[in-house]
Amino acid sequence: MPLITTPNLAAPDAVFARLRALSADLSDAESLKVQARLILLLVNHIGDQAVIDEATALARAVAG
Amino acid sequence: MSQDPHPPVWRRFAPTPAGAARQRARVVVVGAGPVGLAVALDLSRRGHAVTILNRREAIAAGSRAICFSQRSLETFDRLGLGELTARGVTWSRGQVFWGAQERPVYAFDLQPVRDQKQPAFVNLQQYRVEDALIAALDDYPDTQLRWGHAVTGVTPLEEGVSLEVQARDAGYVIDADWVIACDGARSSVRQALGLDFEGRVFEDNFLIADIRMAQDRPAERTFWFDPPFNPGQSALMHKQPDNIWRLDFQLGWNIDREAAVRPENVDPLVRALLGPEAVYEPEWYSVYTFQCRRMSRFVHDRTIFAGDSAHLVSPFGARGCNGGLADAVNLTWKLDRVLRGLSPAALLGSYDEEAVFAADENILQSSRSTDFMTPKSATDRALRDAVLELAQDLPFARGFVNSGRLAAPVAYPQSAMSTPDEDDWHTGPAPGTAAPDGPLDEGWLSERLGPGFSVLAAGWDHGPRPDLTLVDIAAPVATSALARRYDLTPGAAYLLRPDGYVAARWRAPSPARLETALARACGSLQCP
Repeated sequence: MPLITTPNLAAPDAVFARLRALSADLSDAESLKVQARLILLLVNHIGDQAVIDEATALARAVAG
Repeated sequence: MSQDPHPPVWRRFAPTPAGAARQRARVVVVGAGPVGLAVALDLSRRGHAVTILNRREAIAAGSRAICFSQRSLETFDRLGLGELTARGVTWSRGQVFWGAQERPVYAFDLQPVRDQKQPAFVNLQQYRVEDALIAALDDYPDTQLRWGHAVTGVTPLEEGVSLEVQARDAGYVIDADWVIACDGARSSVRQALGLDFEGRVFEDNFLIADIRMAQDRPAERTFWFDPPFNPGQSALMHKQPDNIWRLDFQLGWNIDREAAVRPENVDPLVRALLGPEAVYEPEWYSVYTFQCRRMSRFVHDRTIFAGDSAHLVSPFGARGCNGGLADAVNLTWKLDRVLRGLSPAALLGSYDEEAVFAADENILQSSRSTDFMTPKSATDRALRDAVLELAQDLPFARGFVNSGRLAAPVAYPQSAMSTPDEDDWHTGPAPGTAAPDGPLDEGWLSERLGPGFSVLAAGWDHGPRPDLTLVDIAAPVATSALARRYDLTPGAAYLLRPDGYVAARWRAPSPARLETALARACGSLQCP
């Protein structure tokens, strides 16, 4: 299954708030680690290397 | 791995006199390390006269290879050196610790499949292996091991190579049909030919402290990330025979390397790891750095590179010496066929392809291990530490923990020597992968395979062939561990290369299919 790039969440505002709260009150170093933990949890859940490859490429392309 | 160029001596030999000013040889092996000696012994056993040139007049002691993989042990066994397995310390389990925690974040067993003749690994000093290989060469009077003979010049000839050699007493020239350069990371043959050696240098220093102590720790590979006794760095501990233990401490990049090996500076690290009351004697201390690099090609007309002369990896994963021995095994049967006129010299192109492919796999694995161990940035460190944190409680994260992926035979899925499957197979080694050992009658499959090609079959009705070793397990197939391991249904067969790789397999073999597969694996249509 290819990476879903159309809206796929019922409550995007709530999820965004949750992502912001993830790093609240943390130092940059701690925040980096928490985000890394989240990424690791999610990539394992996805479990599909093709989807992960697509997502990493897209993340990098948008950022760049 | 780059190390002290003058390690201590394990055994000294009398320098070999130079002999005639102009000499000829069929095969010259440069370098009497494990790879060169294995090449020489294998070729000698196949009936060839080999001249081995070694620069030094000694076998080095000190901190060199210690972990020999199952595949290497199978190779030693096939070369008549099966006793080396019992000489070493057998281990298969590894534990990984992080920080001050007493519970490992990760533990692994490298031999989940038992009932193979050889264990997953033994630890054995490199000089013990070299001793055994040298002693075995005594049975082959046409093979000569020359001590104190340094190669100073290499000139490719039309169909051979001319070597200038400096012995202690005189120089001489030796014209060889083939030169196998197994002369290590600083290969004089490679340098004399001006050949490339590209790759990546890792900015890190590691201290190896081989110490002697009587202690009853289990024979396991113990690895620490960021332990209290070496904060911010890693450490590794391994048991060797003779009450010798290898401690390996990551030191970082900007250090005084000479000061680092002084006993008064090593002692605090050793005691921090073992406890203040530890009783031990230093065996040998050295600091090493390492690189991951390889030559772009290993076969240069009649000069062929194998082992560290051709490729270097980091030591985490035991892929250096084991990778070099894999080169030796891949090369010797092919060179044997070429020397006997059974295959064209082009067959050696397959050594180039397969050994380069294996080197890339080993470099990839060892680079990834090193990147995990030595984060290059704050983001790298966050990702690495996140893995270690999660690994303590969540099994999924343990798969990311990388303290070295230990040497396993590299598969060549694209090898031109393999015949692609035409039938359906559920399990079993695919063409281009190493054939695993398994129990057979009262012994082992590995003991029944021949020096040439072998057929492993479950009921073979195509008659014997003088050029093939036939291992027919016949019935009862369903109850045989070997049949299950190979997914052997009645009538099915595998064609195994002399180096124990699968060349082809069929549910319903026929003489014609066998002939075609053999020809493909021999690089010619006149096989054998």
